[in-house]
Amino acid sequence: MNEKITLSHGSGGRQTHDLIHSVFAKHFGMKEPMTDSALLAVPYEMIAFTTDSYVVNPIFFPGGNIGKLAICGTVNDLAVSGADPAYIAASFIIEEGFEISDLERIAASMADEAETAGIKIMTGDTKVVEKGHCDRIFITTSGVGILRNDQSHISSGAHIKAGDRLIINGPPGNHEVTIIASRRQLAFDVPLTSDCASLNHLIKKVLDQSPGVHFMRDLTRGGLAAALNELAGMISCGIMIDEALVPFEEPVRGLCEILGFDPLTLASEGRVVIAAAADEAQKILNVMRSDPAGRDSSVIGEITAEKPGRVIVKSSTGGRRFLDMPSGLLLPRIC
Amino acid sequence: MKYVDEFRDRKLIMHLADQIRRSATGDYTFMEVCGGHTAAIHRFGIPSLLPPGIRLISGPGCPVCVTAAAYIDQLISLSFQKGVTVATFGDLMRVPGSAGSLSEARAEGADIRVVLSAYEALGIALSDKNLKVVFPAIGFETTAPGTAVTVLKADGEGADNFFVLNAHKVMPPAMEEIIKGGSKIDGFICPGHVSVITGSSAFEFIPRKYGLASVITGFEPTDILSAILMLIRQVNNHDPGVEIQYNRAVTRTGNTKAQKYMNEVFESCDAAWRGLGIITSGGLKLREKYKSFNAGVSFDIEVAHNEPDTMCICGDILRGISTPSECTLFASVCTPDHPSGACMVSAEGACNTYFKYHLHE
Repeated sequence: MNEKITLSHGSGGRQTHDLIHSVFAKHFGMKEPMTDSALLAVPYEMIAFTTDSYVVNPIFFPGGNIGKLAICGTVNDLAVSGADPAYIAASFIIEEGFEISDLERIAASMADEAETAGIKIMTGDTKVVEKGHCDRIFITTSGVGILRNDQSHISSGAHIKAGDRLIINGPPGNHEVTIIASRRQLAFDVPLTSDCASLNHLIKKVLDQSPGVHFMRDLTRGGLAAALNELAGMISCGIMIDEALVPFEEPVRGLCEILGFDPLTLASEGRVVIAAAADEAQKILNVMRSDPAGRDSSVIGEITAEKPGRVIVKSSTGGRRFLDMPSGLLLPRIC
Repeated sequence: MKYVDEFRDRKLIMHLADQIRRSATGDYTFMEVCGGHTAAIHRFGIPSLLPPGIRLISGPGCPVCVTAAAYIDQLISLSFQKGVTVATFGDLMRVPGSAGSLSEARAEGADIRVVLSAYEALGIALSDKNLKVVFPAIGFETTAPGTAVTVLKADGEGADNFFVLNAHKVMPPAMEEIIKGGSKIDGFICPGHVSVITGSSAFEFIPRKYGLASVITGFEPTDILSAILMLIRQVNNHDPGVEIQYNRAVTRTGNTKAQKYMNEVFESCDAAWRGLGIITSGGLKLREKYKSFNAGVSFDIEVAHNEPDTMCICGDILRGISTPSECTLFASVCTPDHPSGACMVSAEGACNTYFKYHLHE
């Protein structure tokens, strides 16, 4: 029989100690002594600090798993704030009976993704709950990033002005459609993988080469509709996007047509929308397209002086409509 | 995307919009009956392409919107019975009954799952014989054949743990009710998917008896604009008829196979439409032969019949007498997050669509 997580793995005793060493310390490269806190050297005045919990179902999906997602998501939250992600903490809530081999797969892909992103997993925690008290495994990651002093305006969009261009780094919605397809026995194949990826290298390249980045947001739950409405609520300008310029992939559009979803509300886990100064937009676009994570980057719209606080979509037909914050639930637990 | 992009061609759309502007000589009010059309019209920004004299109003064709509150109450009551799983279309989850929604019932522990088809619900029943799976069968001629085929399949498989709480409705009698109720309209954009099943002949009474223009159309912007142009021409020429613009899917006789399955499983009945009241021959009921699948017969469902106490004017909106913005609750008390009436719940509901696409315009 395969080795499984038992309540004693969460007891705090020998089994807990063994599990931490045989799975987490091994994959994350943690060394003795393992103290209650990791001590971190912080070379700059400001740090960015974020946390997020991951409860995606299914935990393994085409293009990733809950562990990879837990690293990418937190890395991206730091990167879009203009910070260089540096350290991550990871906490696990595991259901009794969970297979240790699955835990190993998750830990290994977290270690891989952390290495790709160039960050260190410094500390963590493990709890085991009785069968039925959580769904297999939940992960919380918290991250610290080093903020360059000249980038502190990015997260609030303080420098945004009318005429700024909106750039996206690739087709949005693949993550959510992949999850929908893996959760349901659809009567057809969906040839997609999740876009789940760390974006910090792409973003660093852009920030290093252009002073024109005025705002960044990664597209998670609620997709472009949520990200743009949040931005519109923060600034005294309006936003206009041209639906025909958003580079959706055909399977995403196709599934939306069949199931009646608005593709603008679909979640991604490796997509960022950047508001760029008009005279820097082309340069930023070129930089992005030269990076594997931004090969399909495109300009999708701009910041406008009209209709402050509102997002307007020029539909593919030439008609115009408001894009509202999505409400309700498309699908439970996509990240 | 093939078979989609062709129908969203900007040049063709601008050409059609131009033709509409040239043809429109006065004021026209057209009702789109189908909720799918309401959603498409606003999603593609069709009103912004039309001259001001053309008014599009939404009719009663959103299946969720016309589902009676008492029906939701019955579902909630069922969902709390021992061993019962309700497997429902997602749209129904947040529709307010007289006391709460399915979504709230699920949070309280009822086993309620979202499915994409009746067939998927039957699949749950077949894979776990310990469950008693109830499928809320809502919708018009579009979804009724799916329910019919599923009931026949369940019968063939001898599934004794699959049930249907039926609320299927049929469209033509509701359209006649709206005409008789005095709604001031010049013509109908007739439902597309309903017509795929029924055929255009089901709507021929509209021009014949009431002299109103009628066009059956698809759900793409060029479809809808073509239909508006055809309606204008029927009105201008005083030559009402049922024209099929959606000829890639609709014929005069419709899908006779689907009709056969529907007739095998269902028979006509009077039905309660939320906001419109009882409509004679406005619904379908399971035939006696299939009563073992009828959740209304197989379960003891007790509910207190309280109509929700609200100033919601969903009924007038469904009749085309009022628009969502004329409702005092609209966008203040009633929002997609806290819907007072069903028209605010469904993505195809008139109020939900107006809220999403036109708020603060």
